[in-house]
Amino acid sequence: MTQTSPPLPAGRRRARARKARSVLPGFGLSLGLTVGWLTLIVLIPLSTLFWKTAGLGFDRFLEVGFSPRALAAYRLSLTTAALAGLANAAAGLLVAWVLVRYSFPAKRLIGAAVDLPFALPTAVAGIALTTLFTPNGWVGRYLDPLGIKVAFTPLGITIALVFIGLPFVVRQVEPVLADLGRDVEEAAATLGASRWQTFVRVILPSLAPALLTGFALAFARGVGEYGSVIFISGNMPGKTEIAPLLIVTQLEQFAYASATAIAMILMAASFALLLLINLLQAYSRRHEA
Amino acid sequence: MSAAASRATTEAPFIRWLLIGLALAWLVLLLGLPLAAVFAEALRDGWAAFRAAIVTPDALAAIRLTLIVAAISVPLNTLFGLAASWAIAKFEFTGKSLLITLIDLPFSVSPVVSGLIFVLIFGAQGVFGEWFIDHDIKVIFAVPGIVLATVFITFPFVARELIPLMQEQGRSDEEAALSLGANGWQTFWHVTLPNIRWGLLYGVLLCNARAMGEFGAVSVVSGHIRGETNTMPLHVEILYNEYDFVGAFAVASLLAGLALVTLALKTALEWRFDLGNKGARH
Repeated sequence: MTQTSPPLPAGRRRARARKARSVLPGFGLSLGLTVGWLTLIVLIPLSTLFWKTAGLGFDRFLEVGFSPRALAAYRLSLTTAALAGLANAAAGLLVAWVLVRYSFPAKRLIGAAVDLPFALPTAVAGIALTTLFTPNGWVGRYLDPLGIKVAFTPLGITIALVFIGLPFVVRQVEPVLADLGRDVEEAAATLGASRWQTFVRVILPSLAPALLTGFALAFARGVGEYGSVIFISGNMPGKTEIAPLLIVTQLEQFAYASATAIAMILMAASFALLLLINLLQAYSRRHEA
Repeated sequence: MSAAASRATTEAPFIRWLLIGLALAWLVLLLGLPLAAVFAEALRDGWAAFRAAIVTPDALAAIRLTLIVAAISVPLNTLFGLAASWAIAKFEFTGKSLLITLIDLPFSVSPVVSGLIFVLIFGAQGVFGEWFIDHDIKVIFAVPGIVLATVFITFPFVARELIPLMQEQGRSDEEAALSLGANGWQTFWHVTLPNIRWGLLYGVLLCNARAMGEFGAVSVVSGHIRGETNTMPLHVEILYNEYDFVGAFAVASLLAGLALVTLALKTALEWRFDLGNKGARH
């Protein structure tokens, strides 16, 4: 369609832009406020981190940013966030599927409850999960005799991150699944595919970008998460000390250089993830049409 | 859809109920149990102990501080959200998508890093540290730092609800009002604001929940001075670390109550006005 008449949309866009300048007021004021507030609250503070990191010098940055303790913290943060993201990708797909495809009592209420991890303050989630999983907690008392230790282990960190990341995959997959036409599934069935084959070969590929985006969002959130993790993690340096916590402990010991370097590395990682998520979303938008 | 076709595109009842059962079990385990634990632990020693834990001077000071911080940061970010969405949705300009990305930045920064950057600027070792010490102004380990960190954390909430909504609504209503002789503010108050009021309320609600519940960023800048710079989430942490579990969960249950009210209002708005079903963006 765009190939047959390329000049028209561009021309219309220009016309609209001209109209915008002439008719609606407040462009200068609103854009000025936006950019000013953004610069003051977000851009200047964030750039301080770059500036302070640059002030460390390259050797010092490497020394404090990649110390053995910091490396252990990155490894722990990345693996627990990845495991939690994977668990959420699987469980989130199941929850989204059930919410979109089936009807059952209290479905709307349960659908709304999925957002609880977004609404519940992280510290509240943290102490609640810790209480559940300590050896005499509601869940821990059944796991402890089996030799499964959750509280104060990497498993506990992963469970906290699963809680925090739950809504991401569900909310990414739900709309895509709802928009998915049944006609391709009917076609697959007509051609003799079993329900499982249809799911794996037809439905899952259409959901893949949304699943991946949900995973990446949950992963990114997990890497930076603090409040829900620190209660259940036990916080032993080198063993159960996540990267955000290491920043806090360095800061409490007035080790500003290493706090800055670790924060810079963490922020660079989250910007890389943000870029990846944006590319994924652009990709899936292109393929939706 | 004929019966045969629907049989071909859905599962046997047995599998259907198995999947529903699995999903519900997962949600109950992961969401229901922690929530139940908060209230059960708060009321473990009965209502009197619960009440006593809430009315301690430190808990009341924490509640007051949390309300003050939200009362400052939510209106500021609401004003910002209105300005940003007006500029972005009603006008065409270069760099718009970059601006949208930059507005979203605070969401992708770890809360701890968000707090740290304000320590780096205003702390004793910070960029402006000495100037502030000379003039006896306390930002870090004081209320201004907590407000700043909260404003940073909740920065995108209102804007990102309003931008897609206003983009969808277009400009024709405002253009009609202007052509009938309304001035800019009249158009905004009488045309735009009524059009976006439910989306605005939705954004304010989420912004407020986060402002009151933020932990990581606030924890870094607060200094944890009891009765002075402790917000409710920080007070929960202190009580918990002192093994005052009833106290910690009593204050936590207030925050959980706030989360439940927020969820209920948010869901009511979504059902009534078909808002916010655009995927997880937090």
